[in-house]
Amino acid sequence: MAKKSVMTTMQEKNMQQVSVQQKIVKIAVKVIVYAFLIAMAVIVLFPFYWMIISSLKSLAEYRESVPTFWPKQILLSNYVDAFNTAKLGRLFINTMIVGVVSTLLSLVITVLSAFAFARLEFKGKDMLFAGLLATMMIPGELFTITNYSTVTQLGWINTYTVLIVPFLVSVFYIYLLRQNFMQIPNELYLAAKVDGTSDIKYLWKVMVPLALPTLISITILKMMGAWNSYIWPRLVANDEAHSLITNGLRNAFTETTGDVNYPVQMAAVALVSAPLFLVFIFLRKYIMQGVSRSGIKG
Amino acid sequence: MKVVLENLTKIFPSRNKKSGEEVIAVNDFTFTIPDGKLIGLLGPSGCGKSTTLYMISGLQKPTSGKIYFGDDDVTELSTENRGVGLVFQNYALYPHMTVKQNILFPLQNLKGADKLSKDEMLDRALNAARLVQIDELMDRKPSELSGGQQQRVAIARALVKMPRVLLLDEPLSNLDARLRLQTREEIRRIQRETGITTVFVTHDQEEAMSISDMIVVMKQGIVQQIGKPQEVYDNPINLFVAKFLGTPPINVFEGKVEGGKIYIGEDAVLDITGVEDQPVMIGIRPEGFELSENGALKCKLTNVEVMGRDVSVVSKNDSCVSPAIRSIINADNKVDPSAEFVRYDIKPHKIFIFNKETEERIYFEVK
Amino acid sequence: MVDQKHQWKAWIYLAPAIILLLVFTVWPIINTVRMAFLNDYSGLQAVGGRVFEFGIDNFKKVVDYKEFVTCLKNTCLLCVTTVPISTILALLIAVCLNSIKPLQKFLQTIFFLPYVTNSIAIGMVFAAMFNIVGSFYGTENEIVVTAGIVNNVIEFFGGTHINWINAGSSYWANIVVMIVYIVWNALPFKILILLGGLQSINKQYYDAARVDGTPRRRVFSKITVPLLSPMLVYVVITGFIGGFKEYSSIVGIFGENMGPPDAPRRLNTMVGFIYDALSTNKQGRASAAALILFGIILVVTLINLQVSKKRVHY
Repeated sequence: MAKKSVMTTMQEKNMQQVSVQQKIVKIAVKVIVYAFLIAMAVIVLFPFYWMIISSLKSLAEYRESVPTFWPKQILLSNYVDAFNTAKLGRLFINTMIVGVVSTLLSLVITVLSAFAFARLEFKGKDMLFAGLLATMMIPGELFTITNYSTVTQLGWINTYTVLIVPFLVSVFYIYLLRQNFMQIPNELYLAAKVDGTSDIKYLWKVMVPLALPTLISITILKMMGAWNSYIWPRLVANDEAHSLITNGLRNAFTETTGDVNYPVQMAAVALVSAPLFLVFIFLRKYIMQGVSRSGIKG
Repeated sequence: MKVVLENLTKIFPSRNKKSGEEVIAVNDFTFTIPDGKLIGLLGPSGCGKSTTLYMISGLQKPTSGKIYFGDDDVTELSTENRGVGLVFQNYALYPHMTVKQNILFPLQNLKGADKLSKDEMLDRALNAARLVQIDELMDRKPSELSGGQQQRVAIARALVKMPRVLLLDEPLSNLDARLRLQTREEIRRIQRETGITTVFVTHDQEEAMSISDMIVVMKQGIVQQIGKPQEVYDNPINLFVAKFLGTPPINVFEGKVEGGKIYIGEDAVLDITGVEDQPVMIGIRPEGFELSENGALKCKLTNVEVMGRDVSVVSKNDSCVSPAIRSIINADNKVDPSAEFVRYDIKPHKIFIFNKETEERIYFEVK
Repeated sequence: MVDQKHQWKAWIYLAPAIILLLVFTVWPIINTVRMAFLNDYSGLQAVGGRVFEFGIDNFKKVVDYKEFVTCLKNTCLLCVTTVPISTILALLIAVCLNSIKPLQKFLQTIFFLPYVTNSIAIGMVFAAMFNIVGSFYGTENEIVVTAGIVNNVIEFFGGTHINWINAGSSYWANIVVMIVYIVWNALPFKILILLGGLQSINKQYYDAARVDGTPRRRVFSKITVPLLSPMLVYVVITGFIGGFKEYSSIVGIFGENMGPPDAPRRLNTMVGFIYDALSTNKQGRASAAALILFGIILVVTLINLQVSKKRVHY
C-alpha cells in the first residue's frame, strides 16, 4: 500500500472515527444490558434476602422504623420457635411420606402406560391417546368438585390415601415419557424380542435407563408438587396427623397483616423453602430441562 | 474493487482452557484479489477458508494482518460499513419474510444520504431478482422454494445493495448434483454481468476449478498455492495440492530417482536430469498414462470401465500408495479386459515427483 | 403383528392408569356437567334423597351472584395486567441474557429461582415486605412502627408511603401488590422458555443482518420477535391459562380471607369462588362456575391461537 493519495488517508481517518464511535456505542449497550440484568436480578433475589435477614432479627429490631439490612444480632431462636409453632417436624414427615409414595407409584404407572403407548400395538390406541391428551385442556378445579365427593364416599378423608391416589396419573407425564420412548429405535425392541427378552425386562434394562433424564425430571416435579400443593390437602386432609407442609404453614400463621411476629414467620418460611432450594442447587439441570419441556408448575 | 489481504492471521483461543492449545485457523495469508475477478478458496474442511471469508466480511476480526478494499484499510471497520454481500452456506433467508421482503431487507437498513424511496427500493429489488431469474417468485416464502431457488434469493439479497465485494460460503453444497452444475454456471454468469469482485469458499475442487478465475488452495490455515485453475492443476507445488485437485485423483506411487531415471518399483518410467538420487513420491495424473505394448510401467489389470468417450482402466501396482491405479485412456485404444497385465508409457508433463519427507515438488527436466 | 395375546398385555400395562383416570378424571367430567345442570344441586341433600330438576338455574344464579362478578372482575384484571407485563419483562431479560457471555449461566440460575418456591410461603414474605406494622399515623402511646421495606424504599426516593395490604387499604393498592407478586412468580418460566427459543434461533440470521448493517432495534423487531413468535404465543397462552386459575398467590399474601382484614373476599377469584361453593356444599353452583371457567379458558386460548395464526409464520 505504498501509493496512497491524501484523499484516501482522510477517508481512512473518517472510517476510524466511525469505528471508534461504534465501539463506544457497543460498550454503552453492554453496560446498559448488564445494569438492567443485575438490577432485575437484585429485585428477583430481594424477597429471599429479606426473608433470611428478617428471620434472624429480633422482633424489636424488625419493628424499628428504619430498617436494618443486616441483623444487629443474629437470632437463631426464631427458627426453633418457628419449628415448634408450626409443628414443622410433623408436617415435614407427612409431606415426605406423601411425596415419596406418590412419586414412586406415579413413576411405575407412568412408565407402564408410556411403554404401552410407545411400543405395544392394540386396538383403539390412537383414539385412547388422543382422548387422554384432550383431558389436559380441562382445568383441574373441574375435577376437584366431584373428586371431593368421591373421596368422601370412599371414606378417605384425613388419610394419606386421599393425598396420594387421586393424582397418581398425570396424562402429561405419560405423554412426555412416551415421546422419549418413541425416540428409542424400535430395532432395539425387536432385537430383544429375538433374544427372548421379556417386555418387562426390556423395559427395565433398556428403556428406563435411556429415559432416565425424563424420569428424573418427572420425579423432581412430582416431589415439588407434593411440597407445594395447597388446595386439595386443605379440602380433604386438614387434620394435624396428615396435613401437608404448605397448609400447615398457612394455618400456623393465619395473620398476614398487622403486628405479626414476622421474624418467626419468616424463619418458618425459610425452613419450608430450604429443601426446595437444596434440590434446586443439586439438580438444577434436570429441573430446568423438565420445566422447559413441561411448562407446568409442580 | 480489488481486495488485499496482508499477513492475515486468525488464532482462536482453545476451547478447553486447561489444555491451552490455541488453533491457528489462518496463518499469514497475503494475497491481492484483482478487481472484478471470481476467486475460489479451496481446501478440506478446517483449512481456514471459511474463516478467511468471514474476516473479509468483517464478521470475524483478524488476530493480526490487514485487509484493504481498494486502498481503504477496512481491517478495523465493522461489517456493516464494509459494503459486502455475503451468501451463507444454508442461505440464512429469513423464514418469516417473503422473497420480496428478504431482498428488500438490506435496502431498508440504509440511512441518511443512502436512503432510498420505496419505489427505488422495489425497482432495485426487482432488478436483483431478474438478474438471478426469480422475479416470478417474489411473493413466496422461503419454505415454498426449492434449494436452488433459495440459493438465488440469497444471492439476490446479497447483490441488491450493490456490494463492493460479494462473498459466497459453500454456495453449492446444499444442492443436488444436477442443480450444482447449473447453479455454478449461473454464479459465473452473474459475476460476469455485475463485475463484482467475488470470493467463494468450497471444498469441492471441481467446482472451484470450473468457475474461478483464480483459486487459492489452503491446508491447515496455510496457503499452499495460488493461481489460475489450469496452472495449479498442471503445476502443483506440493503433493497435497496435486492430490487435492483433479477427478479422478492423481495416482501416487512410492519410488526413487536413481542415475537420472524415475523408478516405480523396478520399472524406470522416465529419464530426467537435474535431480540427485533420492527416494521420492511420484504422482501421475490419470490422463498421463498411454497404453503401449512395451510400456515402461507394468501393472496388473483389474478392471476396465467404459465411459463412452474414454475408458477408465483400473490396475494394480505394488508401489502404488492407493489400492488401485486409475487411468483415463481414449476409447480408440482397445483394451483387452481379459489380459492379465497392462503396460503404460508415462506422458512427461503429467508426472510430478515430490520430496519424500517434505512432500515439496522436485522439479526436473526431461532428458 | 397384532395378536390377541399382545392386546391383552397392553391393557394390563394400561390398567392402573385407566382405572384411576376413569374414577378421578372421566367420571368428574361427566358428573360436573350433570351437577351443573341439576338446579340447586347439593351433595349433602342428594344423599338425603332429594331429587333435583334438570335446568340451567345454577348458571343463572352464578352469573347473577355479586360475588361471582367480583371474582370474574378480579381474575380478568389480574390476567390482562400480569400476562403482558411479565411477558414483555421476560422477553427483555431473555434477550439481554442471550446477548451476554460472562455471567450468563449465573444470572439465568438466579432468574429461575422464584420458580422453585412455594407460592404460599413466598407470598408471606411479600406480605411482610408490604405490611405496615401498627398504626401508621401513630399517636404517642402507640408502638413505634415499621412501614415495611417497600414503603421504606418509596420514602427513600421521596415518595409517600402507601397502605398496601393492611386494614383500610384501597382495592387498587391490593391489586398492585398482587400484580407485583404474580409477575415475580411468572417470570422464571417465561424467561426459561424464551431464552431457550432465542438460543435455538440460527446465529446466521444475525450474521446476515449484521452484514446488511441492520440497526439493533430493527434486528429485534424484524428478526428476533418474529422468529421467537411460536415461543411467545406459547408463553402468552399458558400465562392466560395460569392467570385464570389464579388463587394460591392471593392466599399467600392475604390468607384465606382473600382480602385485607376489613374487606374479606375482595380479591377473590374464579377458582376461589368454586372452592367457596364447594366448601358450603353447593356442588351445582361450583360445577356451573367450573364449566364457565373452562369455557373462558377455551375461548381465550382459541382467540390467542387465531390471532397468532396471522402473526406466527411457522
